[in-house]
Amino acid sequence: MNFDDTPEEATYREKVRKWIAANKPDLSALPADQRLVWTEGHKNAMRQWQATKTEGGYACITWPKERGGAGGTLIEDVIFSQEETAAEIHDPYYITGLKMLIPAIHQFNDDAKFNERVPPAVRGDEIWCQLFSEPSSGSDSAGIRTAAVKQGDEWVINGQKVWNSGAAHADYGLLITRTDPDQPKHKGLTAFWLKMDAPGLEVRPIHTMGGDSELNEVFFDDVRLPDDQRVGEVNDGWSVVLATLMNERAAIGQSNGLTWSDMMDLASTVETDEGTVMDDTSFRDLIADLHVDLEARRLIGFRILTAISRGESPGPEGSAAKLLWSGGTQTMMSEALDMLDHYGLIQDSELSPRAGAWQQRFLWSCGLRIGGGTDEIQKNIIAERVLGLPPDIRVDKGVPFREIPSGR
Amino acid sequence: MDFDYTDEQKALKDEARRFLADASPISVVRGVLDDPARGHDEALWGRIAEQGWCGAAIPEAYGGHEFGYVELCGLAEELGRSLAPVPFASSIYQFAEAILAEGSEEQKQELLPDVASGETIGTIAVSEGPGTVSAKRMAVEYANGTLTGAKLPVTDGMAAGKAVVLAKGSDGPVLVVTDLSGPGVTREAVSTLDPTRGAAKILFDNAPAQVLGAGGDGIAALAHVHNRSAVLMSFEQLGGSDHALEMARDYALERYAFGRQIGSYQAIKHKLADVFIRIEVARASSYYGAWALSTNAPELPVAAAAARVAGCNAYWQAAKENIQTHGGIGFTWEADPHLHYRRARHLGLAIGSAKTWKRKLTDLLEEQRATEQAERQAA
Repeated sequence: MNFDDTPEEATYREKVRKWIAANKPDLSALPADQRLVWTEGHKNAMRQWQATKTEGGYACITWPKERGGAGGTLIEDVIFSQEETAAEIHDPYYITGLKMLIPAIHQFNDDAKFNERVPPAVRGDEIWCQLFSEPSSGSDSAGIRTAAVKQGDEWVINGQKVWNSGAAHADYGLLITRTDPDQPKHKGLTAFWLKMDAPGLEVRPIHTMGGDSELNEVFFDDVRLPDDQRVGEVNDGWSVVLATLMNERAAIGQSNGLTWSDMMDLASTVETDEGTVMDDTSFRDLIADLHVDLEARRLIGFRILTAISRGESPGPEGSAAKLLWSGGTQTMMSEALDMLDHYGLIQDSELSPRAGAWQQRFLWSCGLRIGGGTDEIQKNIIAERVLGLPPDIRVDKGVPFREIPSGR
Repeated sequence: MDFDYTDEQKALKDEARRFLADASPISVVRGVLDDPARGHDEALWGRIAEQGWCGAAIPEAYGGHEFGYVELCGLAEELGRSLAPVPFASSIYQFAEAILAEGSEEQKQELLPDVASGETIGTIAVSEGPGTVSAKRMAVEYANGTLTGAKLPVTDGMAAGKAVVLAKGSDGPVLVVTDLSGPGVTREAVSTLDPTRGAAKILFDNAPAQVLGAGGDGIAALAHVHNRSAVLMSFEQLGGSDHALEMARDYALERYAFGRQIGSYQAIKHKLADVFIRIEVARASSYYGAWALSTNAPELPVAAAAARVAGCNAYWQAAKENIQTHGGIGFTWEADPHLHYRRARHLGLAIGSAKTWKRKLTDLLEEQRATEQAERQAA
């Protein structure tokens, strides 16, 4: 039981910490509103950072050298990410492409045309996005309706994708389509990679209740794709989905920027007849509960790191950590509003404590419980994969896809 | 980063699990449940003592084996899982820890070897009546080298030969140690929610006792000992929680209703997933406590309180939902789920309730915050 790096890990950490400090992007030159993620200013700064990392040999640390990586270990990759976070570098643009999509595509395609796309992605010149979810295919991730129909050497794509993170900024995407609706749901899917400026493709940002527009809808109206951009075999797209999701790792050290100690800070500023909210017994019990859950989430991250450091695959802790994170965040934000009483309603950068951060995250936290696998899906994962309980009874099993009721 | 048991510690734990599967099957637990006057299983206690477990964290200089605290945590986890009806917690996590942490060199030399061998069972006598113990409301008195007053309940108070007692001294609360088989001590068994862990009411009438170590603030000394006990007990809670969840899972797989396994319904799946999450919180918190305990880290008080709160919560959730998953059969005396329900409460109250520890945790966090603020201002 210790939290120490191994000697090799410590040496590596020291090396990358120095390198990051010497090379990290300087956002201070940007106007304040351009320092925020998903703005052009921030994106360009991160593009430059990705190029710097490539020159320094820190892009795609776990990839083999012949693919443009550093041939390093997963724990080195984790250490580099930790040091980036410590240096306040927040980069959401390249993770999807470099950690999930491109490694997955590589398992199926190793042709010159796709391989040409890899160096620009590594360098940060090209951003990739995931085009999987649809209006009728959320948790039911195989319920894809976007159609791909073969015409000569081309495929014609029609349909709609949704919840596509960063699609408005992306240059390329990995798309899952339905190619044979007469087969059962998980069969009859086919994957393609494509350029996001293809004629007939339209990206529309989604304005979420949290106020941001990171997510998008993507529409396909007779978009034509050559067969050499197909990923894997025709009707074997589900294997591509699984390969992608296998690369989805438990987010370690993710933070909403507010925690139990911030709750204590806020409570000690809110006066009551007896002193401050900090003197309220029920509030003190709440702080204890929040501390236990949020610290446990942090510690579960250390358990995942331990597995990685030992060269093992992380266990089922990831799903538990995600649920603690999503539910815990929403609870904490709601309790913060209660503590402010009627004043908690105000969401104003000047009138609200922390410039309205509690209110902003109160709204945003609903999305945490839905994105990346809903609370309910995470609980199914725990029940089925950890506890070994039976899968849900599926009325669509073995039924040709076109005969499955769709509702709205 | 190595936030887990080592391979050697895992091997010791596996060996302990195999040993307890043989030495403490559920029939042994039920043997005490159905004959509560026994208080514990003496034969099992003897076999555990033979394994050297009692001395797992006691230094060799005092007759122990000094395997280490993380090793002791691993044993605690297995003891909790097996529901072993033995006074291990009272004697090792509490009495021995009190002597080690607060006793004088002479007291350690005198008392610890017999505890390490299992020959002597020790316990701690704190509670006197309803509510948390406080300096203000304490009645048991220590004066002129003797104790007077009543303590109840005292877990393992019938089986124990020695006890550390919290009493009101001339300068405020103080921890003293006494011989329970000596003069001025009478005891009677008290029935509790968990008959597999005996308890007593102990009457002291001018019973000879000596101050533990140099004396001083007994409440603070007790808090220090309790921090150490809390971590160790959280591992018993963790083991018990894991086992209760496994029982629920197994039953959900074998029980059919409406033509399918009840474990295929999301009402059951999600309920048990929620229990799993509580257990993962307890596991992470307990491991952190084990780290703090084994390294004597300044984080121990906060880590112990968090492990205590998480452990109480996990075992409670796992035990009650195990009965619920079993349905009617789970409510019977013959079925085993109530053994965990009882033990969860025993462990959840024995060194103070989760509620008490939550208060303590927030007090500590507030102190920590004030210190940090003062340091920032000074800088």
